[in-house]
Parts: sequence; C-alpha cells; structure tokens
Amino acid sequence: MATLQTRATARLMMSPAVILLFLWMIVPLVMTLYFSFLRYNLLMPGTEEFIGFLNYQYFLTDPAFFTALGNTLMLVGGTLLITVIGGILLAIVLDQPFWGQGIVRLLVIAPFFVMPTVSALVWKNMLMHPVNGLFAWIARSFGFQPIDWFAQLPLFSIILIVAWQWLPFATLILLTALQSLDGEQIEAAEMDGAGALSRFYYLVLPHMSRAITVVILIQTIFLLSVFAEILVTTNGGPGLQTTNITYLIYAQALLQFDVGGASAGGIVAVILANIVAFFLIRLIGKNLER
Amino acid sequence: MARSVTTQRKLTFTILGWAIGLLIFFPILWTFLTSFKTEGTAVATPPQFLFFDWTLENYHEVQSRSDYMKHVTNSVVISVGSTLIGLALAIPAAWAMAFSPTKRTKDVLMWMLSTKMMPPVGVLVPLYLIFRDWGLLDTRLGLVAVLTMINLPIIVWMLYTYFKEIPGEILEAARMDGASLMKEIVYVLTPMAVPGIASTMLLNIILAWNEAFWTLNLTAANAAPLTAFIASYSSPEGLFWAKLSAASTMAIAPILIMGWFSQKQLVRGLTFGAVK
Amino acid sequence: MGSITLEKVSKSFGTTAVIPEIDLEIVDGEFVVFVGPSGCGKSTLLRMIAGLEDLSGGRIIIDGKDMSSEAPAKRGLSMVFQSYALYPHMSVYGNIAFPLKMNGQDKAAIDKKVKDAAHILNLTNYLDRRPGQLSGGQRQRVAIGRAIVRQPKAFLFDEPLSNLDAALRGNMRLEISDLHHQLKTTMIYVTHDQVEAMTMADKIVVLNAGRIEQVGSPLDLYRSPRNVFVAGFIGSPRMNLIEGQEAAKHNAVTLGVRPEHVRISKTEGAWKGTVGVTEHLGSDTFIHVQVDGIGKITVRTDGDFSTDFGQQVFLTPEPARLHRFDANGQAI
Ligand SMILES: Nc1ncnc2c1ncn2[C@@H]1O[C@H](COP(=O)(O)OP(=O)(O)OP(=O)(O)O)[C@@H](O)[C@H]1O
Ligand SMILES: [Mg+2]
Repeated sequence: MATLQTRATARLMMSPAVILLFLWMIVPLVMTLYFSFLRYNLLMPGTEEFIGFLNYQYFLTDPAFFTALGNTLMLVGGTLLITVIGGILLAIVLDQPFWGQGIVRLLVIAPFFVMPTVSALVWKNMLMHPVNGLFAWIARSFGFQPIDWFAQLPLFSIILIVAWQWLPFATLILLTALQSLDGEQIEAAEMDGAGALSRFYYLVLPHMSRAITVVILIQTIFLLSVFAEILVTTNGGPGLQTTNITYLIYAQALLQFDVGGASAGGIVAVILANIVAFFLIRLIGKNLER
Repeated sequence: MARSVTTQRKLTFTILGWAIGLLIFFPILWTFLTSFKTEGTAVATPPQFLFFDWTLENYHEVQSRSDYMKHVTNSVVISVGSTLIGLALAIPAAWAMAFSPTKRTKDVLMWMLSTKMMPPVGVLVPLYLIFRDWGLLDTRLGLVAVLTMINLPIIVWMLYTYFKEIPGEILEAARMDGASLMKEIVYVLTPMAVPGIASTMLLNIILAWNEAFWTLNLTAANAAPLTAFIASYSSPEGLFWAKLSAASTMAIAPILIMGWFSQKQLVRGLTFGAVK
Repeated sequence: MGSITLEKVSKSFGTTAVIPEIDLEIVDGEFVVFVGPSGCGKSTLLRMIAGLEDLSGGRIIIDGKDMSSEAPAKRGLSMVFQSYALYPHMSVYGNIAFPLKMNGQDKAAIDKKVKDAAHILNLTNYLDRRPGQLSGGQRQRVAIGRAIVRQPKAFLFDEPLSNLDAALRGNMRLEISDLHHQLKTTMIYVTHDQVEAMTMADKIVVLNAGRIEQVGSPLDLYRSPRNVFVAGFIGSPRMNLIEGQEAAKHNAVTLGVRPEHVRISKTEGAWKGTVGVTEHLGSDTFIHVQVDGIGKITVRTDGDFSTDFGQQVFLTPEPARLHRFDANGQAI
C-alpha cells in the first residue's frame, strides 16, 4: 500500500532508530570480542598484548566459572519452577469470580513494580534477618530455631526474592491466556463427563502451553542477568555461593579490572543468552505471521 | 456463557484469593507500615503491626538528607528523558514499519528484539571504558543514552502493535486531504494512537525507573537514581529500617500506581505482542 | 474541469501483473463506474489514479497535465473509502474541515464551506458528534462531505456502499446520483455490484483480471455485450449461455439469451423443458427450466405467471435478441 515516495520516506523515518540500535549493539560487542583476545588489565596499563584464546581458556577452566554456571542454572531453574507453577495456580484462582477480584489482582501484580534494590533490601533485612526479621519471629513463635537465611541458604534466599519479583509477570500472562480460553469448550467437556482434573490436563494446560513457553523464555532472558539482588544482599558470597555468571564478570571487570578476562566471560554470556534468544525469537516470529 | 456460581464457591475463592493476594503483597505493606515507625519499633520483637505510634519523622529525615532530592530528580530525569527520546525515535520507525511494510520489516523487528536479548555483561566492559574516556561516567546524560537504547526495542515493538490496529485507509485519506507527512503523523496518527502511546510511555518509565544494572554500574554520587541510592542502605552499618522503608516507599509508590494504571497494556508490552 | 486520461497504465506487484495495460478516456463531468469481479484490480486502478499507488508503466493525465508521479494531494482529487476512513478523534465538523485546514484556508471560509456541505448532506444536526456516534449511512455522508468541500476535479469512490444494508444502499445510490447532478463533477465509482453500475453510470468500464473488457453506456453493454464475460456480468438474472448443438444451429459457439427475452408457454414453443425452482418476486417471476438437450434456462416472466415443480413447459427465445459468440468468446 504504498508509493515509491512513501517507501523512501519510510526508510528515512526508520533510519535513526535502526542506525542507533545497530551502533549500540555492534560497537561494544566488537570491542568486547577484541578485548577478549588481549591481555588487558586496567591496573597494569601498557601491558596490553594479543594472547589468542588464553582468556577464554582461563575463564572456562576457572572453577569459579563452573560454580557460577551452576548457580546461574539453579537461580534460573529454581525461579522458573516457582513462578511457572505458582503462576498457573494463581492464574486459576484469579480467573474464578470472587468478591474483590480486581483489588486482589492489583495486590498480586504489585511486586513487579518494586525496584530490585528495594525488594532485595526489604527481604534481606525486614523479613529474613536472623534476629529481628519477621520470619525469625514467626519461627520462634512456633518454637523453631530461626533460619539464618543468607548464611545457611544464600542461593535459595536469592531465588525466593527473585521469584517474588517475577511471580506477578508469570501470573499476569498466564491469566491473560487463561481468560482467552473458550468457555463453551470447557462446558462441552463437562457434558462429555470430563472431571475437573482431566479438564485441566486435556484442555486448560494445552491452551496455556504457548503462554507458558513465552513466560519461560522471556524470564530466562532476564534471569540470566540477575545482578542488583545479589549485589545488595550477598555480594556473591559467602564464598562464591551466590555468584552467577553476570556477577562473576562484573567482579572481574570492575573489582579486579581484568578487562580481557571479563570480556571473554562477556562473550560466553552472550553465547549462552543467544541460545535461549534463538528459540524465543522463533516463537515470537511465528506469532507475527498470523 | 454465564456459568452459575454458587455463593459458597464464591466465598471460598474470595477467602483464598484475598489470602494469597495479601501474602504476596505483604512485603510491600510491611515496608509501608515500617516507614511510619521509629527505628526502635521497627526492629521490635514481637513485631508491631498497626498499634504503634505512627510518625512521619522518617520521611522528614530522608527528605532532609541533602542528596535525597537529587536522586529523585535523577530518577525522574533519567526515566522520563530516556522514554521521551525513545518515543521520538520510535514513533517514526513504528509508523514506517506498520504502514509501509516491506519484505524486510519483519526481519528488522526481529533483529531489534534480539538486541534486547543481549546480556548487559556482554557489553559492560567496553561501555564502561567508553563512558570513562568520554567523561560520561556518573552523568545523567550517559544514563539517559544507555536506557534509551535498552528500551528502544520495546518501545518500537509496542508502538508497532498499536499502530498495526489503525486502518491504513485513514492515513491515506489524510494524504488525499493534503496533509504532509508531518501533519499526517501529528494530526491523525498520534491522536488516534494516544492510548497506545500513553501505555508504551508508562511501561517504559516503569522499566527505566527500576533498571538496576546500568544505573548501579555507571553512576556514583552525582547521577545516581533511586535504585542506586537505596542500594547504599545495604551497608551493614546503615541498618536504619524505618528510614530504609520510608525511602523505599517513596521510591516505589509513584511507579506502583503507574503500573496499576497500565496493567491492561502490560502483557502486550512485556511479551512483544506474543500474548494479548 | 476534470478530464482524466489513462495511457498504457500498468501495475504489477513484484512479478505478478495485476493490470497488464489499460487505456481509458474519462470526460469532464462524467459518472464512470468500474465494475468487475472481486480481485480484478478495480481498487488498484482507482488508487493509482488517486496517487496512493505507483504506476508500473504508462501515464495518468488529469486536465491535460501529466500527474503520473504527483503526490495524492496535488492531483486535486477526492476519495471516499470503503471503510469511510473518518478520523475517529475529530467531530463531524473537524472531519469535514480537515482538508480545508490542511489547505491553509482561513477560519471563516472553512466554516462557511463546512456548513454548506453539511446542509447539502443533511448533516447539520450532527456536526458536533464523533464518527463513532453515527449510523453507517451518516458516516458515509460525512465521508462524502469531506470529499466535496475541497471542490475536487473528480471524486473517487471505492465501493462506498458495500458496508450498508440493502435498503440504505438503495437510498445512498440515489443520493450520490443526485449529488452528481447538482455538482456536475467527474466521478469514478468502483463496485462489484452490477445493479449499482447499471443504475448510476453514464459510462461503465467492465474489468476482468486487470483488463478492460468493454466500455460503454449501461444500455450499450446490456444490448450489445462485446463478449461472453460482459454478457454474463451485466444484467440480472444472468444471461443464459448455451453451448453445443443449439448454438451451432445459429452458427455460434456460444449462444446467449437474457431471461427476459425468453417467452414461456404451457402449450407450445421451440424448446421443451421441465420446471424446476420458481422464484416469485411479486413484480416478476424467475423460473428455472431444465430444457431437454440444452440445459438449465432461466426465464423471467410477469408476477402472475404460475407453474408447478416438474410441470412441462415450452420456451421460445426472441430471435432478434439472441447474442452469438465465437470460439474466443467474442460477439459475432
Ligand atoms: N499490495 C499488494 N501486493 C500484492 N498484491 C496485491 C496488492 N494489492 C492488491 N493485490 C492484488 O491485486 C489484485 C487486485 O486487487 P484489488 O484490490 O485491486 O481488487 P478489487 O478489484 O478491488 O477487488 P475487490 O472487489 O475484492 O475489492 C488482487 O489479486 C490482489 O491480490
Ligand atoms: Mg477493492
């Protein structure tokens, strides 16, 4: 629906956004790639030299990398598990008619709007504090020994905080998907004598599968880069127990000033994220065609 | 199809729903309550829920800290600034993609999306060095630039899905009526897309306001927005829960309210139109 | 003034040629209807004249000036879209005033023109409403109002009535014809409804797969269709087209006769057949007859004629009204 003139204008209108984004993506990425082949430490200026894949070798054989990779997987996997299952259950509850539904919906989505540093600090201090925290008080009220969350279960604590932040996202999207389910289909199944559980298993779950995939993929992208929550609660510790890949690279770059090593790590992170992104993009692309 | 709902079933779900809702909301509520306590009551055991001496002192104190207003200003400037610049870049781009699509439009959209998937640590090092060399570290300008680029794909995508819903014939009618491209966008497209543009704007202010990787890594004292300011409460010696709560409440309240208003459009924005 | 000439105009999207090559002359003040089956390229042709679509070849000349690559607004044409394309965020007044505002006219002049247009179109009471608060017919009139205030050289209509119900469509047909008599401006009107074409046009252009099959006045096309396609397209119910032996008797490959030119009798006639379905419209009766050795023939007769299903009848075509076509479908 267009003439040459409008097409030319269209190209012109698109170019600022496209060019800027292109530069934003390609320039730093090429620089990271370049640095990753250099010995380059900000504390030792003037010693830069090309060292081939040595940075990668160091990074990928460093035990810290495997710890961080494991932590990253645990963090992503644990959070996904909690948010997807919790999200499905919550969506089902919120889909039922009840008094004050709209308000409860607002309450449930609220954590998504809380900035990561706030939620991390509130959880760490006011809820999970081993002495004055609310959880400690509840434990003591029931006669249990309070848990010192960040000392005993550091990674799990972070998973809890992050899951609290992302549960609303999963719930909201799954709820939207659930609401688009055809009510007559359910009724037909009821007429056919399907019980509540088999209705859920054969009708509801397949209908939501696309939304669940979207939730998993998008959350994975963001969860791979969890940072602020770790920075303000544990600083990656104790030891390396809460260091994920993002935090490891951050520490290498801005605490140890090892530009070369951090760059190699950055490229590894990009590759990991791209594996996920590949599937996500295909999924969204398919949607675009319809 | 209306399904008959028994009162009993409704009551059960009312109790269940509210219980879950309050449980999830509790940390925010608790922060809000604590912000009105004295530091002593804040750490008291057993915890005080409602019956304590409510005080506004924490708010006074947080606000009178010389730098608090600076951080608020930074947050506002950075989130609103990056959103407005993003819109200025994205409206023409989304217009082009929605109303003058070519074979490559889809690829461009997908590519834009893919830039959003790049992990920030992948470009942390060079960006830090560029910022250092150009004197952009700890400046609002630098952060506005970074956040604009981070959120640009989302803005373009959301606007694209909204523009797609406007029939192209209306813009053609404007063209026949003698509207120049500028006038077509200003008088016809923009007013028709106001709801979409507004929710795009809201979502992006929210995302920028809460962004906590670049704001923590590229700022120090001067340009630090509230995310970084709150993070400064993490030092062990600064365990002022009541003041932390007051500062947190002020940092999240405006965004929470905006988020509640935009919840209908949220899903579309966050899933790039994959779920509507 | 508003004469429009198409010279060897062609259009292809990518590799598919939608319009191979068209020459057409439209005289000032004429009401021209483009008619043809869905997908034949009517809208495309209209949009090329409007300037919303590029030409792949050829020239479009408006009032003697080559406008082939001029911007839509510079061509001095107005268009009424199938979806009306009203600006939903502006009042009726704002909609009608918009082209004048874009033209940079002053407020007083705009006001007068808008009020005049609203008066002609019976919209005076609705000027403050939004398009969303109007009925389909009113929206249609607003779209027309927006088109007439510019005093264009020609109006372009793309199936303007297809979204309206049957009764309203009849009314609007009259209103648009009326408007044409008042304004005496050139109008190009696209439709796939041959009744609209027959009733409104000074000149009908029959299109098929991007080609012009025939150009002429409604009665020209009705009386002497140039080929089988036009014969079948113009007229309702459709012309009966007979092939085989009966056609060969008349030295033709295809023989055409309109339902209204076949006499029916219960006692005698040229063709013997059995009555199938009968449609009583009150004023007319359409009888579908299965004729031995020829096939199904539709007959149009007066409203009082009655037959029973399965009854034997005789048909006689009026010899002077027979249309003969050769192997290529061209009229002989
Ligand atoms: N932008 C386009 N790209 C490719 N093909 C197109 C495009 N626009 C139209 N066509 C094709 O050109 C042909 C003519 O389309 P056009 O819209 O002109 O038909 P029409 O005669 O107006 O039909 P209708 O009566 O259904 O409106 C169709 O086969 C259509 O598929
Ligand atoms: Mg058409």
